[in-house]
Amino acid sequence: MKPSLNNDLDGCGFRALLSYGAGLGLENGEYLVSHAEDHEGTRRDFLYYATAGAGAVATGAAVWPLVNQMNPSADVQALSSIRVDVSDVAPGTQLTVKWLGKPVFIRRRTPEEIEAANAVSMDDLPDPDARNANIDAGSPAVDINRGLLPPGAEEGTDSEWLVMMGVCTHLGCVPLGDGAGEFGGWFCPCHGSHYDTAGRIRKGPAPQNLPVPPAAFVDATTIKLG
Amino acid sequence: MSGIPHDHYEPKTGAEKWLHSRLPIVGLLYDTLMIPTPKNLNWMWIWGIILTFCLAMQIVTGIVLVMHYTPHVDIAFASIEHIMRNVNGGHMIRYLHMNGASLFFFAVYIHIFRGLYYGSYKAPREITWIVGMLIYLMMMGTAFMGYVLPWGQMSFWGATVITGLFGAIPFIGEPIQTWLLGGPAVDNATLNRFFSLHYLLPFVIAALVAVHIWAFHSTGNNNPTGVEVRRGSKAEAEKDTLPFWPYFVMKDLFALGLILVIFFAVVGFMPNYLGHPDNYIEANALATPAHIVPEWYFLPFYAILRAFTADVWVVQLTSWITGGIVDAKFFGVLAMFGAIAVMALAPWLDTSRVRSGRYRPMFKWWFAILVVDFIVLMWVGARPTDFPYDWISLIASAYWFAYFLVILPLLGVIEKPMTPPETIEADFEAHYGKADTPAE
Amino acid sequence: MMKKLGIATVTALTLSAGGALAAGGEGHIHDVDFSFEGPFGKFDQNQLQRGLQIYTEVCAACHGLQYVPFRTLGDEGGPHLPEDQVRAYAEQNFETFDNELDDTRPAKPADHFPGSNIAEAPDLSLMAKARAGFHGPYGTGINQLVKGMGGPEYIASLLTGYTGETKEEAGTTFYENTAFPGGWIAMAPPLAGEDVEFADGHSNELHHEAEDISAFLMWTAEPKMMARKQAGLSGVIFLTVLTVLLYLTNKRIWAPIKGKKSH
Repeated sequence: MKPSLNNDLDGCGFRALLSYGAGLGLENGEYLVSHAEDHEGTRRDFLYYATAGAGAVATGAAVWPLVNQMNPSADVQALSSIRVDVSDVAPGTQLTVKWLGKPVFIRRRTPEEIEAANAVSMDDLPDPDARNANIDAGSPAVDINRGLLPPGAEEGTDSEWLVMMGVCTHLGCVPLGDGAGEFGGWFCPCHGSHYDTAGRIRKGPAPQNLPVPPAAFVDATTIKLG
Repeated sequence: MSGIPHDHYEPKTGAEKWLHSRLPIVGLLYDTLMIPTPKNLNWMWIWGIILTFCLAMQIVTGIVLVMHYTPHVDIAFASIEHIMRNVNGGHMIRYLHMNGASLFFFAVYIHIFRGLYYGSYKAPREITWIVGMLIYLMMMGTAFMGYVLPWGQMSFWGATVITGLFGAIPFIGEPIQTWLLGGPAVDNATLNRFFSLHYLLPFVIAALVAVHIWAFHSTGNNNPTGVEVRRGSKAEAEKDTLPFWPYFVMKDLFALGLILVIFFAVVGFMPNYLGHPDNYIEANALATPAHIVPEWYFLPFYAILRAFTADVWVVQLTSWITGGIVDAKFFGVLAMFGAIAVMALAPWLDTSRVRSGRYRPMFKWWFAILVVDFIVLMWVGARPTDFPYDWISLIASAYWFAYFLVILPLLGVIEKPMTPPETIEADFEAHYGKADTPAE
Repeated sequence: MMKKLGIATVTALTLSAGGALAAGGEGHIHDVDFSFEGPFGKFDQNQLQRGLQIYTEVCAACHGLQYVPFRTLGDEGGPHLPEDQVRAYAEQNFETFDNELDDTRPAKPADHFPGSNIAEAPDLSLMAKARAGFHGPYGTGINQLVKGMGGPEYIASLLTGYTGETKEEAGTTFYENTAFPGGWIAMAPPLAGEDVEFADGHSNELHHEAEDISAFLMWTAEPKMMARKQAGLSGVIFLTVLTVLLYLTNKRIWAPIKGKKSH
């Protein structure tokens, strides 16, 4: 019934080790004592700091997973990027898909709609910002900066494809499409905001153009959102 | 805090005094942390800290798991797979929680047997012991309900069998069972209430742990000699004790580190070793698994439950006396809870003047047999019920009761104990020699 | 004595863990030396891809993998297919019912494999964890400690364990199998050898195929196994360092309290 461990290990303890080291090749008794004490003090402090440090690291390593588990899980992350087949979308029609829990309008515009959008003077736009996540922030809201280029199309040309979030920038209702509103684009029934054929706010309480999300054509008939 | 005389917290600055006169919380923490602790505690006294750690770990990982788990029969199983596959680090958190329960019980059993050997239950520590037994019961309830949540086959059938025990109570059994389940069988209502209680009970346990600590901080720790700390004066007490911080905190942390190395090896390399494969099959009310086996930590008491069948004479006698009210099924249930009850009554069943088993030559052997008995019960609880396992479990169960009800009371009368050391200091110096002159 | 008690308790744990898994009427399971066994074990990416091919061409006719999302086929530590192959695989092989469309459509990477096609065929997602190949001996759990739980070994042994004997009972044909508990299984031999052609030219003998599909099903059951082992290993190493430091600190704190031994 011996209280074990301590008992057996005491003989070869840390202290014995230290005095052995301190005793090596030293003649001057006084010098030896003071030197050994300094040395021992430093080593003791180092040991305490190392232990406390390692303990802190262990605690940190234990806390991080508990924080990280609240970040979006793999199934949620997998939906942050979706592919949309647009092969069935004829000019003059549009498709609404759900992305990140919100509607996204994908409209294939007619030449007339593009023309109407280009005809608008920049001075008539309440929001002059293109609000397009795919180009530089602060670009002007001209129609070229709103459309999404299909593969093979030349940079800087106008596109029939308009992809934007279907959420009114006023209070978050879903605007009506297919030529609704006074400007032939979209109309939000909640508080009467009118958007034109490039999805730009023209009239009503909404402060901004409908934002264009990160989007790209991966092939001739597939758009990748996110 | 009454008990052993020691230094108390003295507020020095104005701010400290301001707080102390309104809420003496720093004093409380100081007194708890600096509690004089017998300096001769051996390595069997580390399990309290291990258990505190287990409780904290289970609560923290549990709260996190709840963020992703869904307690509904249709998706409970799938939501566990969601945790295992999709949640960031979810597989590790779940395996920690799952194996954490095993570590918890592993530690609590050693902790209990430590108390049984060193007589920690004896006066004046009966309240500490009883509260400890309550904590143990709560742990069993929490673990049982937690095991139901993954909604695997063992979850479902384990719940069915164990709640069926309540149905064995005469007259009121069936209404109680229906009330527990919230319906005629284990179903969505059962899952939801088990989930709720599984979340609640750990906090009840935490409160009981505080009472447990409060109780033994009032009486002082027991120690391997069973000799009380001298309390005549502070100077005298200091010869027998050391403050908990840093001496025992560091010792316990070292032990915790060592145990966590092993624990991490289990979680990392064989997390399903202690589990049952059938629980990776979704619950199916129409197909019972071939063998329903509880988790390992329930096995000793499960063995006692199964040991008393209708052909055992004690059961027949009881049945005859009670006019058939106590049948074999109910007898088994009584035996299972009775096995824990007799353990809780140990303070009054043990008649020995000497506290620690270290100085009780006969007791040592009977205690050793009890430990082996417990292990045998654990083993036989997972074996089939046919010969020779039925006999093994019956004999082992009988010894469990005999130890507490017969051997403990008798030993105190017939045994000639050795003389324990006069003081804790004397015991300590017998092992480690006198302390050096304070050179360091 | 308390030290002995500790050892005894550890033994008890080991005993009962195995005991929990003991069962009668066991079949014969042979141990397979899978690449993912042991603390440093890793899934063999090529083997998982071959297993996926076997699943697709053979098992998928009846059995589902409902808990496995297609996207995980591209995960590191799994079959690790390139993203476009994952998409093509899902699209070409499986259809999913889309609640929003209220119709079926080709599966996308974010979808799960479908469930089983026939009621009698169990879902295979977790099969490698839901079966234990090794037990005992005598409820001691030592075999599982040494060889592992034996889930994939059970699957491999089952697939190679058909004797060729059949019997009819209540209108159902049963096939004799040396690995199946009870010895007679309702599933006809799914693999005969040379059932699939592997692009990497790997052998398609029966026991190779059986091992490949077993490894793949171990992955579907425990896709995070490699991450888990890595976390376990770093945990063990770091905690060992911390424990040594704590040991030395404890030693140092107690040194002035404990005198020299009195003998």
